[in-house]
Amino acid sequence: MGCRAPSCPGSAAYRGGMATEQPDVDGGAPVGRRVVLGLLGLGALGIVGGARLQDALGAALAPIQTRDPTGLSGLLPLGNTFRYYSVTGGVDEQDAGDYRLSVSGLVAQPGRHTLADLQAMPQTDLVRDFQCVTGWRVPDVPWAGVQLGHLLDLAAPAPAATAVRLSSFDGTYTESLTLDQARRPDVLVALRMLDAPVTHDHGGPVRLYVAPMYGYKSLKWLSGIELTDEVVPGYWEERGYAVDGWVGSSNGRDDDPTG
Amino acid sequence: MTRPAEARAVEPELPRFGRTARWVHGLVGVLMLVCLLTAAVLYNSSLQVLVGHRRVVELVHVWCGSALPVPLVLGLASAGYRAELRRLDRFTSADWRWLRSRTRRDGRIPVGKFNAGQKLNGSLSTGAIGVLLLTGVVMLSTDLAPLSWRTGATLVHDWTALAVGLLVLGHLSLALRDPVALRSLRTGTVPRRWAETEHPAWAAEFGQARDGGDA
Repeated sequence: MGCRAPSCPGSAAYRGGMATEQPDVDGGAPVGRRVVLGLLGLGALGIVGGARLQDALGAALAPIQTRDPTGLSGLLPLGNTFRYYSVTGGVDEQDAGDYRLSVSGLVAQPGRHTLADLQAMPQTDLVRDFQCVTGWRVPDVPWAGVQLGHLLDLAAPAPAATAVRLSSFDGTYTESLTLDQARRPDVLVALRMLDAPVTHDHGGPVRLYVAPMYGYKSLKWLSGIELTDEVVPGYWEERGYAVDGWVGSSNGRDDDPTG
Repeated sequence: MTRPAEARAVEPELPRFGRTARWVHGLVGVLMLVCLLTAAVLYNSSLQVLVGHRRVVELVHVWCGSALPVPLVLGLASAGYRAELRRLDRFTSADWRWLRSRTRRDGRIPVGKFNAGQKLNGSLSTGAIGVLLLTGVVMLSTDLAPLSWRTGATLVHDWTALAVGLLVLGHLSLALRDPVALRSLRTGTVPRRWAETEHPAWAAEFGQARDGGDA
């Protein structure tokens, strides 16, 4: 099939004096094979030793990249910067004035908070690394917002409530925490990030920040907090990620804890 | 009424790519483009903000990436295709001179069926596809491969993909400048005159006979 080139075995040119007429078939060194094998060898070497290189490059470049105003450094597969992940198509921006955060489910006092309400509540500042389960880590990110536990206290969960289900105004993404996890002081309903209001691309105006867990637990575009009687696995957890996403002791990873 | 026939006789076609080679090239090309586009969306933040749907894009990328080597391997069943690979594999002293020359396209260095740049593109692409497949498998083996291997694999995968993206861009820009070469990937043949200019040593293999392609 498809064998019409004169170099095919059986064709006239192939049978006749190949050595003299076709120097690039018979003569020359098998450089192509060497290039292929060499690349495969380098690739295997990189798999085994690349983690060290990655750490060194990441540590050196993170301070520049996190605050690079041009964004050009983000084009290179280098270093530890935020990568923007979204599981839906474009997410509509929510105006700070229209924003509402509902607290519902097994509570005595359902709530509907505006951004101004949240800003008037006691604020907590944290500086913590942001660790993604895919490997990148942004060091020393300043976060500020209301402790999730404070909002839960205001709502007065019913005795039957054991877990929190969080939802996003992207319409698809969900997350979950046990009530104990949700009451940790390092779990924030974040209003500020990187010393500025949370931007839309980072999940603003209001997102979750669960300091001791991998990034997928820190739901973006937070719009709903629902108290439930059991943990309902969230979006990525339905797709294989650990429900208890502790940094360093889940998802088969051993990163330094961020809690 | 006889003029068109004469014109065709004056400009005979030489068989350049067999059916297998054309199919392999086409399938690998489409899969490679889908992989590069989905990779750009997965990797580049501005595109990710624009496109979103991370899970779907990831699945398309992984499936197309896994399928990419299949046509390359299936093609090996064809003897004609294997002969093309042998030509791409072998570097003669003329190839090295061609690569070093600043006036490589003036025709003074005899070029066979493939010039040294095409040979290099072939082997670099093949090696890179192998590396991307290998590192991709390690990245997906969350339960089998140790974390440091997956980190290393991610680094190698990212940089190799960037390099392959540039290689493909270069390949496309050269191809788009040569309509005859582009057409030959559809029809399989090239005009003898084009072959004598671009690949004189190959054209010479057909001798002076006008009915070049036999088998």
